[in-house]
Amino acid sequence: MSMEGAIASGEDMPLSFQGPAPLRVVAGFGFWLFLLSDILIFAALFAAYAVLSGETAGGPKAVELFDKRHVFIETVCLLASSVTCGFGALAVLRGDLRAMYLWMMVTLALGVAFVSMEASEFSTMVAAGAGPSRSAFLSAFFTLVGTHGLHVSLGMVWLVILLLQVRSLGLQPAMSRRLFCFGLFWHALDIVWIGVFTIVYLGAR
Amino acid sequence: MEHLAEAQGRAPGPSRHSRHPGMSYLVGLAYAIALTVASFWASSTTSVYGPAAPVLLAVLAIAQMGIHLVFFLHISSAPDQTNNVLALAFGIFVTAFIIFGSLLIMTHLNHAMMSMEQLQSIQR
Repeated sequence: MSMEGAIASGEDMPLSFQGPAPLRVVAGFGFWLFLLSDILIFAALFAAYAVLSGETAGGPKAVELFDKRHVFIETVCLLASSVTCGFGALAVLRGDLRAMYLWMMVTLALGVAFVSMEASEFSTMVAAGAGPSRSAFLSAFFTLVGTHGLHVSLGMVWLVILLLQVRSLGLQPAMSRRLFCFGLFWHALDIVWIGVFTIVYLGAR
Repeated sequence: MEHLAEAQGRAPGPSRHSRHPGMSYLVGLAYAIALTVASFWASSTTSVYGPAAPVLLAVLAIAQMGIHLVFFLHISSAPDQTNNVLALAFGIFVTAFIIFGSLLIMTHLNHAMMSMEQLQSIQR
C-alpha cells in the first residue's frame, strides 16, 4: 500500500508516524496516571488498616461500631452520583448545557448527602469515646475513611469551581476537558469506596 | 482530527461513538447495585460457611471494581486502549504488592514476636 493510502485511512499508519495525539487524549491519559498514583495512597492506607484492625487496645471493636444500613445508604448515594456524573459527561459531549447543569447538580447533591452522612457517623463515634486517639485500629479507620471523605469533599469543591467556570466561559474545549477529568476522578473515588465498605464495614469482625 | 484520535488511542471516559451512550451507565448501575446488595447480604447471612465469607466478599468487591472500570471508566481491551490498560495493570500490581506485602511481613513479625506475658516474665 502506498503511503498516501495509509494516511487517508489513518488506522493503518504506525503510531509513530501519526504525530502528537490530540490534547484530549493526552490530558485524559495523564489524569489516568494521576488517579492510579492516588489509588496507591489508598493502598498504603488499606494496608495500614488491615494490619492494625485488630489492635483495639481494649477499646471498641469494629463490629460493635458500624451500622450496616447507614453504610448501605452511603454506598447507594455514591453509586447514583457516579451515574449522574456519567450522564453529565455525556451532556458535555452533546454540548447540552442545561442537561449538564442538571446532572452535575444532582451529582453535587448526592455527594453532599454522602459526606454529611459520613460526618454524622464520625461525630457520633467521637462523642461515644471512639475517636481516632482511642486505639491503633481507630486511628487507621479515621485516616482511611477520612482520606476518602476528604477526596469526595475536595472533588465537590472542584465541581463547583468548574460549574462557575462553565457559567462564565461556556463549554469551550478546555472546559469539556476539565469536566471529563473530573468525571474520571469521581468514578475512581467510587472504586476506592468499594474497597472501603468491603474491607472496613463488611469485613468487620 | 477525530479519526486520528481513534487511531492513536482513547483516554478512559465516556465515548461519543456508541449508539446509546447512556445505556452503559444504566447497565453498570444495575450490575453495581446487584453486587453491592450481594456483598451486604453475604456479610450478614449465616447461610454462607463462615470462613468462606471473606473470600466471597473479596470476589464480589473485585467483580464490582471490574464493573466500574468497564461501564463507568470505559476501560476496554480495544487496541487503542493499550496504554490505559498497561498503566492500570501496573497500578494493580503495586497496590497488591503494598497490601499483601505489608500483611505478610506484619503477620510474620507478630508470629516471631514474644507474647506480652513472656516479655513481662523476663523483665521481672
